[in-house]
Amino acid sequence: MIRRFAFLALSIAALGANAADIAQPALKAGVLSPALPAPALTLDGTDGKPLDLDRFRGKVVLLAFGFSNCGEVCPITLATLAGARRKLGTEAAQVQVVYVTVDPERDDATQMRKFLGSFDPTFVGGVGTRAQIDAAQKSYGISSTRTVHADGGYSIGHSSSIYIIDRAGKLRAVMPYGHPADDFVHDLKILLRG
Amino acid sequence: MTRRLRIAWLLPLLGLLGAALWAGFAPIHVAREKLFEIPKGTYARRMSGDKVEILPEHIRLTLGLDDVLLLRNLDEVPQVFGPTIMMPGQSFRLPFEKAASYQFVCTAHVSGQITILVVDEPVMPWEKIRWRMRRWLGK
Repeated sequence: MIRRFAFLALSIAALGANAADIAQPALKAGVLSPALPAPALTLDGTDGKPLDLDRFRGKVVLLAFGFSNCGEVCPITLATLAGARRKLGTEAAQVQVVYVTVDPERDDATQMRKFLGSFDPTFVGGVGTRAQIDAAQKSYGISSTRTVHADGGYSIGHSSSIYIIDRAGKLRAVMPYGHPADDFVHDLKILLRG
Repeated sequence: MTRRLRIAWLLPLLGLLGAALWAGFAPIHVAREKLFEIPKGTYARRMSGDKVEILPEHIRLTLGLDDVLLLRNLDEVPQVFGPTIMMPGQSFRLPFEKAASYQFVCTAHVSGQITILVVDEPVMPWEKIRWRMRRWLGK
């Protein structure tokens, strides 16, 4: 009798686990499995505090890399993320956008704060020395290439994906560049309720 | 032409017609995820000068059929695939929803690049036949 009951209990538990797996809707973003702790950042935040991802624990973090003089990719990414936060309504308070510069020579905290603030005042930028930025890029597999123009100025081609870090600080997913705000809303709602 | 000879011609023809009708009208059932693995020792072999190609330089996916790319890093070192870095033992499941050609950085390649071509789902019979032929030929 006890054996039969134990078998029944195990079967129900297994069914419940399967149901949980099935019930978890697929993300639009690319999913990393198993999810590992997001690489730490040793940078300065544009909000005047050290940019430690641990302080956003409990929120879903959208992390991306770019620079304030970017004329193409970064404005689109930031406008998309700002749009996603607007669409989330009150749930947006549980989402933190972090944008790390790949151009520390030109982007200081003031410059980045001004740039990010034009999209959404809650966005936090990451700035630091060239060595600190290089370390951050390396830990997330970010590549960037500088192209010098005839007038002496330069532009930077860089990886443009958005890293999605869950409430527990794990790097769960990566959204390639070009997805609309609705795709972020879709995934954020899953992660905020999951 | 004798009756036996006529039948000898007719049977393969009917068989071919049947196969074409099946290929053009039967629903296509394939695994949604297209799996590629970066084997253990890839980095070490590369470092020793072996120009080993683990993944194809071009991967073709079809919307609605096999439109999810699944990569597994079985190597001992992290590997960068396009939008992300995969730690040893990690997998990356990337769904596609738009037909386009996607260029990604990929450290598992000697060239450092990988192209993912995502095409629309075959709807018309001749599109399905072409899709099946391509798959049959391993392209």
